[in-house]
Amino acid sequence: MPLVKSGTIIADPFTAVADDAPLPDGPTIVSAARLLANKEALFARNVALGVAWPNNRDVAELEPLLPRLALVALAFPKFRDGRAFSQARLLRERYGFTGELRATGNVLRDQLLMMARAGFDAFELEKAADAGTVHRALTSYSIFYQPTGDGRRTAAETRRAAKGRLA
Amino acid sequence: MYVHDAFDRTFLQERVAEFRDQVARRLSGALTEEEFKPLRLMNGVYLQLHAYMLRVCIPYGTLNSTQLKALARVARRYDRGYGHFTTRQNIQFNWIKLAELPDAMAELAEVGIHGIQTSGNCIRNTTTDAFAGAARDEIEDPRLYAEVIRQWSTLHPEFTYLPRKFKIAITAAKHDRAATRVHDVGLRLRQRDGHTGFEVMVGGGLGRTPFIGQTIRDFLPKEDLLSYLEAILRTYNLGGRRDNIYKARVKIQVHEMGPEAFAEKVEAEWQAIRDGALRLDETAISAIADRFVNPDLPPLADHPPELTAALAEPAFARWHANSVAPHKAAGHAIVTLSLKPVGGPPGDCTADQMDAIADLADRYAYGEIRVAHEQNLVFPHVRQKDLPALWKALDAIGVATPNVGLVTDIISCPGLDYCSLANTRSIPIAQKLTERFADDARIADIGRLHVNISGCINACGHHHIGHIGILGVEKKDEEFFQITLGGKGNSKARLGELIGPAIPESEIVDAVERLVETYLELRTSPQETFIAAVERLGIEPFKERAYAPR
Repeated sequence: MPLVKSGTIIADPFTAVADDAPLPDGPTIVSAARLLANKEALFARNVALGVAWPNNRDVAELEPLLPRLALVALAFPKFRDGRAFSQARLLRERYGFTGELRATGNVLRDQLLMMARAGFDAFELEKAADAGTVHRALTSYSIFYQPTGDGRRTAAETRRAAKGRLA
Repeated sequence: MYVHDAFDRTFLQERVAEFRDQVARRLSGALTEEEFKPLRLMNGVYLQLHAYMLRVCIPYGTLNSTQLKALARVARRYDRGYGHFTTRQNIQFNWIKLAELPDAMAELAEVGIHGIQTSGNCIRNTTTDAFAGAARDEIEDPRLYAEVIRQWSTLHPEFTYLPRKFKIAITAAKHDRAATRVHDVGLRLRQRDGHTGFEVMVGGGLGRTPFIGQTIRDFLPKEDLLSYLEAILRTYNLGGRRDNIYKARVKIQVHEMGPEAFAEKVEAEWQAIRDGALRLDETAISAIADRFVNPDLPPLADHPPELTAALAEPAFARWHANSVAPHKAAGHAIVTLSLKPVGGPPGDCTADQMDAIADLADRYAYGEIRVAHEQNLVFPHVRQKDLPALWKALDAIGVATPNVGLVTDIISCPGLDYCSLANTRSIPIAQKLTERFADDARIADIGRLHVNISGCINACGHHHIGHIGILGVEKKDEEFFQITLGGKGNSKARLGELIGPAIPESEIVDAVERLVETYLELRTSPQETFIAAVERLGIEPFKERAYAPR
C-alpha cells in the first residue's frame, strides 16, 4: 500500500493504531471514537495527531478540533462509495482544514484526479502498480468545467480570460 | 444550438485518451471487470445480453446535421447499420466490440459528442423539451440552463460516485414535454416579477418504486441554480442509502425523510454555499448564451398557399394533423419524424435514414435535429411552405407514419431482445400493436393515446405514465403482461392504476384493442380523449372488458 503525497511516494510517518492498542511514540492516527473520547490527552502528547474519520459521520463534528489535527484520513470502503468526496470538500472549503487529507481504502488511480479536485493531497494506493502512474493520473485532464476549492481554473474562467486578452 | 469550442474539444480528446488507456488495461488484465465496470459505465458502455452497448449522449436532445452524420458513420462502421433512440434523448448502438470502442468514441469526439455520464451512478444527461426554442408555449429557451447544468455536472469530482444514477429534466413550457415530475430533479422555468427562476421538484422517478416528484422550492432565482443543485446533490451523496441498490435513488431518501425534512437539509446546505463560486451572475449566463447560435428565421406569414393547397390531399392532411406543431415564429412549424413505422422497433433508425434526415435537415430545417423523449426525431424549425415537399421526402425514407401522439406512437424499452435485466420482450409487443392498429384513419379517430411498454420492473419504457401502460412479467418461464390505465407524464403527472392480473403474451394485443374499443363506445364525443374518458369513468368499465372473452 504505497503512500503518495504531493505526487511522490513517501514513507508514511504516521502509525494507525487500533482502539485498544497502546499509543506509539511518533505521529499517530486514531479512530474517531478514540479521538472524541480522549481528545485532551491525545492533543497533550505533543506529537502529530491524525484521525481516521468514517464516511457515515458528519464532518461538522470535527470542526472545533481541526486546528489541532495534522491529518484527517477519509475512507473509501469501496471505490463506488463516494461519500468521502463530499466530506473532503466540506473539510477544505467550509471548515478550512489545511493539514493532510488522506484517501484510504479502495483507492485506485482512476479516481485520483477527482480526489485531488475534492481536496485530497495524500493517497494510500491499494495497488502498488498504480504508484508509478500517479503523476499521469493527476495530469490527464487540462479542462475542468466546475469550480471546487482546489484552485484549478474552470473552462468558463479561462474562456473569459482569453476573451479579455483579445478585447 | 450550442457551439463547441477548443476547450470542449480538448476535453473530449482527453476523455477518449483516458478511456483508450482504460480499455487497454482491461484487455491486458490490469483492470478486473469489477474495476472496469464503473469506468466503462461512466462512458456509456454496457455489457448487454449479446454484446457491448454504447449509449451516446445527445445533450438535451439537440443535434446538428454533421453530428447526425457522424452517428450514421458509427452505426455503419462499428455496428450493424442502425441505432436506437432512447427516452432520455440519447442513442444506443447495440453491437459494438470493446476493442473498437475507443475508435468509435474518437470519431464522435471530432463532432463534439460522446458517451460521458450516459450511465453509472452520476449525473446523467439533462433532458428537456424537444420543442425547446421553437415552442409557442415556452417562456424562454430552456436549453441555455440545460447547457449550464451540463457543464457543471460534467465529470463533477464530488458527484461521480453517487448512491445511484441521478437524472435532471427541465422544461420552460406550459405543457410539460420533458416529464419533469418523474425525474430525480425536475426544473420548471418560471417568471416572477420579471425575473427568471425555477420551480424545483425532487424525488420523482419510475422504476420499481414509482414516485411523483415533490416541489421543494416554488421559485429559485436563476442565479442560484447551480448552488441549489449542488446542495441537493451533496445532501443525497452524503445521506442517500447505499445498503440496497433498489433503495438508493434520491426518491427513496426524499420519501423516507419526508419532502419537508429533505428540503430543510438542502436549504441549510445551500445557505452555506449560495454566495460562492457557483453563483451565476449575468456574465456567467451570457457567456454560455453567447455560444448558442440560433437560426435567423425570416419573417413569414402563416398558412402560405403551398400549405393550403397540400392540405386538400387527405394523406398530407392526416400527417399534418399529428406530426406538425405550431411554431413561435409565424410562417414556421415544428415537425416530428415518426420512428414508429408499422411493424418496426420503436426508436430504431438506420444509418441510411440518419444520413437522409441530416440532408433534409440541412435543406429544410436549418441543419438542426432534436431527439424527443417519445423516441422520435424533431425538426424544430421548418418553413410552412416547405412542409409538402418535406413530407414527401420523409415519407420516402419511412419516417412520416402519421401516428405521432397516437396509439401506435409507442414508447418501448429494448426488452429481452437486447437487455440483460429484462424479464420479457417488449419490442415484439410494440410491433404487433402497430400491425393491429395499422389503419391510419382508425388511429386518427382514436386520437391521442400514449402506450408505454416496459419489459421489466425497472420501467425503462415508462409504463407507469402511459395512458395504457404494459409491464412484462415472467411466470413459470412464460411472458405475461400487466396493464395499467390512466398514467400521465405531463405537468399533472400521475401513475397508472393496475387493472388486474397479468395477461399471457398471446392475448395482450387483443386486450389493448378491447380497451380502445371500450373507449370508442363510451366517449362522450371524439373530443373526449382516451385519458379524459379514463379519468371520467375510472378503470372499472375498462377492466370488465379487458378480461372479457372476445
